[in-house]
Amino acid sequence: MHGGRGVGTLLLYSVTVALLGISYFKDRDKTKRALLKALKALENILPQFLVVILLVGMLMALFDAEAITSLIGIDSGVFGVVLSLLVGSVTLIPGFVAFPTAAMLLQGGAGYTQIGAFISSLMMVGVVTFPVEKRYFGVKLTLLRNVFAFLFSIVVALAIGMVMGEL
Amino acid sequence: MKYFVKRYKMFLIVLVLMGIFFIFDRNLGRMAFEKAGFTVKEMLFVIPPIFVLLGLLDVWIPRETMMRFMGEESGLKGVLLAFLLGSAAAGPLYGAFPVASVFMRKGVKFSNILVFIGSWSTTKIPLVLFEVEAMGVKFALTRLALNIPGILIIAWTLSALLSDRQIQEIYSLNTEKHI
Repeated sequence: MHGGRGVGTLLLYSVTVALLGISYFKDRDKTKRALLKALKALENILPQFLVVILLVGMLMALFDAEAITSLIGIDSGVFGVVLSLLVGSVTLIPGFVAFPTAAMLLQGGAGYTQIGAFISSLMMVGVVTFPVEKRYFGVKLTLLRNVFAFLFSIVVALAIGMVMGEL
Repeated sequence: MKYFVKRYKMFLIVLVLMGIFFIFDRNLGRMAFEKAGFTVKEMLFVIPPIFVLLGLLDVWIPRETMMRFMGEESGLKGVLLAFLLGSAAAGPLYGAFPVASVFMRKGVKFSNILVFIGSWSTTKIPLVLFEVEAMGVKFALTRLALNIPGILIIAWTLSALLSDRQIQEIYSLNTEKHI
């Protein structure tokens, strides 16, 4: 389940270590400054990150795969699509866990339209990460971006439904 | 101590709420802490390298260079670069915001920042490949075919909706002083 993510993380680390090495080799002072900046930026957003972590924990405990299946199962219809959008918006699941979950939901009888809504809103809409996003983007842009991403997810869901022959 | 409490006020409130949650429903409460632990692990792995890369970008790439490649006058090149950088990213969407913050400081065009956020959220290359595998080609390609224009339309619409002054205010949230 985590194979794909492992590769991505490994790549991220390799690139970071390589660049850090080159940077250190070229200019120690600059490298030190870069690391201090990284630390400062991280500490700056840490309070918001910690809140997000806790909220995610709570939501994930409430919406496990079983709960999601019961919400967006067979013939859940328009109601199911709306629920999928909402569940996708409030949850924060890494893609490498989300796709196997979605495939499982499909086998469990969920429709492609609902799954399309869930996947798209999961990736693009972030309700729990609002405190983090707001720090960088301000309230108005954060709200607008998420509203647009939500509306766009409806379009994606409908298109998936049509392509998959459900609508 | 007072500084800590003030800065981490929200965190402490949510922590207490979770504690209450735990008292009323032990099972659910325990699961919530376990899942939070899972997210902590993910963040511990992915977040530090992203911030280190950010620090390096900040000290090594001059503002002029970033502006030439992705600034107001960068045209199609800037849009493409924003798309590619977002798609090559690793990690969850909340990792993209600090990157966007440095981009703002380096004078990257607003709509390009939004394109970057959009592509980070949903057209990451490793994830698309994984999607093909898990959900099938038809599903994944339909989404990709919609996402590419969708990201651009959302980015340009948002830029058009906000006034120059509002955009300026967002950039000023991300000056050296604040971050």
